[in-house]
Amino acid sequence: MSLDAVFDSEEPAFVPYLAAGDPSYEASLEYVEALERGGADVIELGLPFSEPIAEGSTIQSAIVRALKAGMTPERYFEFVEEVDVDVPIVCMTYYNLIFQYGGSEGGPRKFVERAADVGIEGFVVVDLPAEEADPLREACDEFGLDLIFIVAPTTTDDRLESMRERVSGYVYVQARTGVTGAREDVSDQTAQTLDRISDWDVPKAVGFGIKTGEHAERIVRAGADGVIVGSALVDIVAEGHEGDEPVAETAEKLEAKARELKTGALRGVGAAVESE
Amino acid sequence: MSEDTGDFEGYGGRHVPEMLEEPLEHLAEAFDGIVRDEAFLEEFRSILRQYAGRPTPLYHAENLSERWGGEIYLKREDLLHGGAHKINNAVGQALLAREAGKERLIAETGAGQHGTATAMAGALFDMDTEIYMGRKDIERQRMNVFRMRLMGATVTEVTRGGEGLADAVDTALEDFAQNIEATHYLVGSVVGPDPFPRMVREFQSVIGKEAREQSLEQIGHLPDAAVACVGGGSNAIGLFHAFRDDDVAFYGGEGGGEGADSQRHAAPLDDGSDDVIHGMKTRVIDDDTEVHSVSAGLDYPGVGPEHAMFRETGRAQYRAITDDEALDAFRTLSEEEGIIPALETSHGLAMAKRVLEETDHETIVVNLSGRGDKDMETAAEHFDLG
Ligand SMILES: Cc1ncc(COP(=O)(O)O)c(C=O)c1O
Repeated sequence: MSLDAVFDSEEPAFVPYLAAGDPSYEASLEYVEALERGGADVIELGLPFSEPIAEGSTIQSAIVRALKAGMTPERYFEFVEEVDVDVPIVCMTYYNLIFQYGGSEGGPRKFVERAADVGIEGFVVVDLPAEEADPLREACDEFGLDLIFIVAPTTTDDRLESMRERVSGYVYVQARTGVTGAREDVSDQTAQTLDRISDWDVPKAVGFGIKTGEHAERIVRAGADGVIVGSALVDIVAEGHEGDEPVAETAEKLEAKARELKTGALRGVGAAVESE
Repeated sequence: MSEDTGDFEGYGGRHVPEMLEEPLEHLAEAFDGIVRDEAFLEEFRSILRQYAGRPTPLYHAENLSERWGGEIYLKREDLLHGGAHKINNAVGQALLAREAGKERLIAETGAGQHGTATAMAGALFDMDTEIYMGRKDIERQRMNVFRMRLMGATVTEVTRGGEGLADAVDTALEDFAQNIEATHYLVGSVVGPDPFPRMVREFQSVIGKEAREQSLEQIGHLPDAAVACVGGGSNAIGLFHAFRDDDVAFYGGEGGGEGADSQRHAAPLDDGSDDVIHGMKTRVIDDDTEVHSVSAGLDYPGVGPEHAMFRETGRAQYRAITDDEALDAFRTLSEEEGIIPALETSHGLAMAKRVLEETDHETIVVNLSGRGDKDMETAAEHFDLG
């Protein structure tokens, strides 16, 4: 299924994130599949990079665990081939890995080609400014993949324009300033940011700091077409790993958390409809 | 795009998560403002004179010249307060941070020299200071850890990844993103996203300005070559910048570890490829290489983007200097001149030796970027001085 098809439905999309291979290849397959059972519409699957910038400690630790367990770009592609989910997978990573994959040929084309091959639908590249994204954009066009950009509350009008010209699939709206990590409240900057991009013709998914079904509900009510949740799920993986929990038990908890978030998001639409 | 916006012919740039874009844009604007602000610059220069001990001598090392050939001049940054060139940059950025109303400084450090310089600036300007340092560096540069703590800085041990300089940068970037409002990340070299490479260059360029004038005065002409060690590349850029349009050749000695053809080195210019790391596009060592150098301050997988540009255009030449070559130079300078250089600096000296052996350059200026007191434990072990 393409990202367009997901967002074409009336329902808000639930977009969970996990780092591929955290804490092991095998367990991670189970976890990603559990997310789909819990109602994921798109999965943002992190390809871990050894020098991440400004990730919160939760995601940072997930990346470290995944790298330690042997995750590499090639393993990642195998993972995507092997994982049994039908919803679209978006690869979230750093430009370094995309660039390196091109080898002596250089550039992002080879990486994108391989990603298309295994069925990846799009990319979020944390450290690639839109103004420098043309080579990747071209490769994505060639192979029919989407390129998603992150908009922050502090993004200037100039940069918004650069992103708007190059974005496809959806736009990732960062709910607050700061590093990723589950927080207790949901920022009201969200509504303001959504307002600034309301006339863009791509769906708007909001992330950073969403932790509960209630948060998801409020975010949808603020106008989001989707909710992105990372740290709250990675926390469950981390606790399972530290507590030596059986994989099936952690998978169940992930599924339950996913369901909570998805139903919360759905309630958000209901409320919006009621208030009309 | 130009160097004024952090673009070094395709290298550099600002490859950061969206939330860091705006704060860095602010910082770039503040920096563009202060370089034109005479009052700011005068205060900067005055602190460098009164507090840091500028200008530093250009010393004609006759014994060493006799031993290695040529005429070797040493730019004595090791005589600065704190024992390295790092103070130039630390004072500049701390002043800028104070101007911008920041209350807290954070920094990464490898050898502990930049951390020490930042701790000094933090004490001087009465700002909270936190230094991130890899566990392996805390072990091999203990004296600097004590110095930083004594001056009131918090030294936070970084235990992730390879527990070295790159990991300290990662941790500092995270802190920065989380505490953008009140915190200035005082980057220690000409690395990272714009504006850091050009900002650190500006604050370090005093080295070359002095050296150029001193050359004309003391030697009567410009040197044939300028030589420095290259970790991130700040002492090298600081020396080179003033000579950029002159007929002076540039040479940089990188942390060659066990050799550029080994898989344990920190020499991305000699043996690496184009890549994006820590917010900049630059040269980075290859994936199958483990970052390693005997010198903690050179033990970094990337390098400043301007050096990547200089390499590409041929303006400067870079070579991997092995641990052994550096230790050799460390001993030679100590014995010949009674000057103990930092292990980082020793890579620049070893590079100078090669330049004298392999080229017909006669008169060369070497940046003696720091003193070696901090390396005495490593040296004592290596040379069996106990
Ligand atoms: C004395 C000395 N020289 C050189 C360096 C390397 O840094 P750069 O290449 O930025 O000058 C360091 C870093 O710690 C240092 O302490």
